[in-house]
Amino acid sequence: MDFELTEEQNKFRQEVSAFLDKEVTEGVVKESNSGMGLGPHAWELMRKLGAKGWLAPSFPIEYGGLGLSRIYRHILREELDYRNALVTVRGLGLVGVDMVGPIILRYGSEELKKEFLPRIARGEIDLALGYTEPDAGSDLSRIAMRAVEEGDDFIITGQKTFNTSCHFAQYHWLAARTDPDAPAHKGISIFIVDLKTKGITISPLWEMADMRTNEVFYDDVRVPKEYLVGQKNQGWYYMVSAIDLERMITVRNLERSLEELITYAKNTLKNGIPLSKDPLVRQKLAEVAIEINVARNLVRYVSWLQDKEIIPNCESAILKVFVTEVNQRVAQAGLEILGLYGQLQKESKYSVLNGMMERYFRGSFLLTIGGGTSEIMRNIIAIRGLGLPRG
Amino acid sequence: MDFSFTEEQKMIKDAVRDFMKKECPSDLIREVEQDDKGYSRELWRKMAELGWLGLIFPVEYGGSGGDEIGLVVLLEEIGRYLAPVPFLQTIILGGLSILYAGNEEHKREFLPKISNGELILTMALTERDLSYDATGINVRAIRKGKNFLINGAKLFVPYANIADYIVCATRTKDVKKKENGVTLFLIDGKNPGVSCTELITMAFDKQYEVVFEQAKISEGNMVGGYGKGWEIIKRVLEQATIAQCALMIGGAEMVLEMAVAYAKKRTQFGHPIGSYQAIQHRCANMKIDLDGARFATYESAWRLDRGLPCTKEISVAKAWVNQSYNRICANGHQIFGGTGLMKEHDMQLYSRRGKAAEFLWGDTSFHREIVAQQLGI
Repeated sequence: MDFELTEEQNKFRQEVSAFLDKEVTEGVVKESNSGMGLGPHAWELMRKLGAKGWLAPSFPIEYGGLGLSRIYRHILREELDYRNALVTVRGLGLVGVDMVGPIILRYGSEELKKEFLPRIARGEIDLALGYTEPDAGSDLSRIAMRAVEEGDDFIITGQKTFNTSCHFAQYHWLAARTDPDAPAHKGISIFIVDLKTKGITISPLWEMADMRTNEVFYDDVRVPKEYLVGQKNQGWYYMVSAIDLERMITVRNLERSLEELITYAKNTLKNGIPLSKDPLVRQKLAEVAIEINVARNLVRYVSWLQDKEIIPNCESAILKVFVTEVNQRVAQAGLEILGLYGQLQKESKYSVLNGMMERYFRGSFLLTIGGGTSEIMRNIIAIRGLGLPRG
Repeated sequence: MDFSFTEEQKMIKDAVRDFMKKECPSDLIREVEQDDKGYSRELWRKMAELGWLGLIFPVEYGGSGGDEIGLVVLLEEIGRYLAPVPFLQTIILGGLSILYAGNEEHKREFLPKISNGELILTMALTERDLSYDATGINVRAIRKGKNFLINGAKLFVPYANIADYIVCATRTKDVKKKENGVTLFLIDGKNPGVSCTELITMAFDKQYEVVFEQAKISEGNMVGGYGKGWEIIKRVLEQATIAQCALMIGGAEMVLEMAVAYAKKRTQFGHPIGSYQAIQHRCANMKIDLDGARFATYESAWRLDRGLPCTKEISVAKAWVNQSYNRICANGHQIFGGTGLMKEHDMQLYSRRGKAAEFLWGDTSFHREIVAQQLGI
């Protein structure tokens, strides 16, 4: 048993931390809080990290990475989360680096690898996930967007929804149906689409925490065949194969929140006594710390499994559902400690902690829904993890 | 990072599990609940022969020099089968008190006999106000020549009826800072000034009121320095807390396994109930709770072995295991339905003990307060 990183990994964390302490500017944080995704400050930081090879350190060296274990990527994500930097969808990391890159590596052609991986690793591009549709949410196999072969291209028509990142990413990682007659999950293909292509309309949707997501309409969009990823009709398997080895969420944002709540409690008096001396406040802060500690071990465990290429068939689902629900409980505890002040948005007179807790609360509902709902996660844990029979 | 067990640890785990599967059927637990001694002599003797009792004592005192992770592995398996033996009490409460604070004579006299199963020990700590703080220690020990006279009553002393020796926390000085002025004594269970009354508990786990009435003990029975007892108690309490967590996570894993097995088998409305999402989600919640509880416990043990500060982690573990084990038992009961409520079913053996264990060595609020202090507030 060993709950610690290696000396080398700890040194990397120190290096990354020192760098980010300098480079995560107010502008970067503002963009994270704005819900706009990656703005100009974020892109600048991406490129700086990319120049060091730190953005995608586990890509092979020939594709722009450092050939290091995934743990190095996790370390960077943790330190970014701690500083509230490069947040697109909370808990999701970067689509290109964390979700799409590994699939291209595993299943993409040499040309696709060369065209996309180095640019992803250098922080020059990002991709938007193009899975969800109005009728295909948790049941992703019901994708209806249609891709028809025509000469050297595919012509794609249909509608996507909740495709976050389309407004700032350069490419769409698109799942579309190429065989309408095959069983649902056997007729799906993955395409990489330049979001500037004619026929694509991106329409904003505003989530309750001011995060921008999008409806995307494809009207006879022409996509060259070389941008089909891997084999036709194999898309479903590409989508699900990567997910457990790559899915990661950190607790560093929670650690930051706890620090700020502790500072607030120490410095705020009620009846002449610091809040931090109130037994109820102490119990609440302690419970937050306890749950963060428990969650942190689950992060380490999944990290270790992924590093060893042991597919965490239910452990990453356990991690996702636990950490996201802890986030919700921390939001609640934070608001209880702040009292009425907690609901004030950051621009308001008397707002505290830069309006963090109310923003946190509004943003906490998405966590147990996006990236796999808690219900789906529990199904996975029960069926794949515990061997219970399918309903 | 590494979350695998060493070969040695795997061996302990497999050996204890195989042994308990054979030697500790749940009928034995029921038998012992009704037994006036409250433990299985057979089991204790066999465990001693296998060298498990001396696992963590140094080799020179008859032990195996094992580490904390090894102890957690062992206790997890004991807890899995609810083995009715005074392991935590004898080895941790008694043995570690002597190891940490006894003089050379104490160690040579007692530790080998504890390791080979000859002696059973316990600790008398809590009193009427049920505190695990030094403020709760008021049983008096007054010097009389080369002896001390002890007066007062202790509550919730486990296995006091069969203990060969009781490590007793007494107050030898009235001082403002209550942590100073606490002294530990090793008292013979047959001392004429010691009497005990069984407390009838929910878990039938043999807890006693122990009354000291002019109990005379020689100063040679002082364990550790005069007035220096609290530091030892704190250390022993931390060890007992980890040990209790280890027992609890073992029990929790068994509950999950039993519930899942039942859910796969039991059919209602034409299907196994394990195919219904309500049941599946309860099982998933149990699994989430179990994993978190196990790692929290193992992290504490790992830190202890590494010599890293672990007061916070130990309290994190107890606070979380308290909550998660009891949720696991509640979910287990829901899954077992009416069957699991019956005395002849094993589910209620776990839930009664899980609830009792929640309050040992500090309840959830107590440990949250320790975490709060460790956070610097």
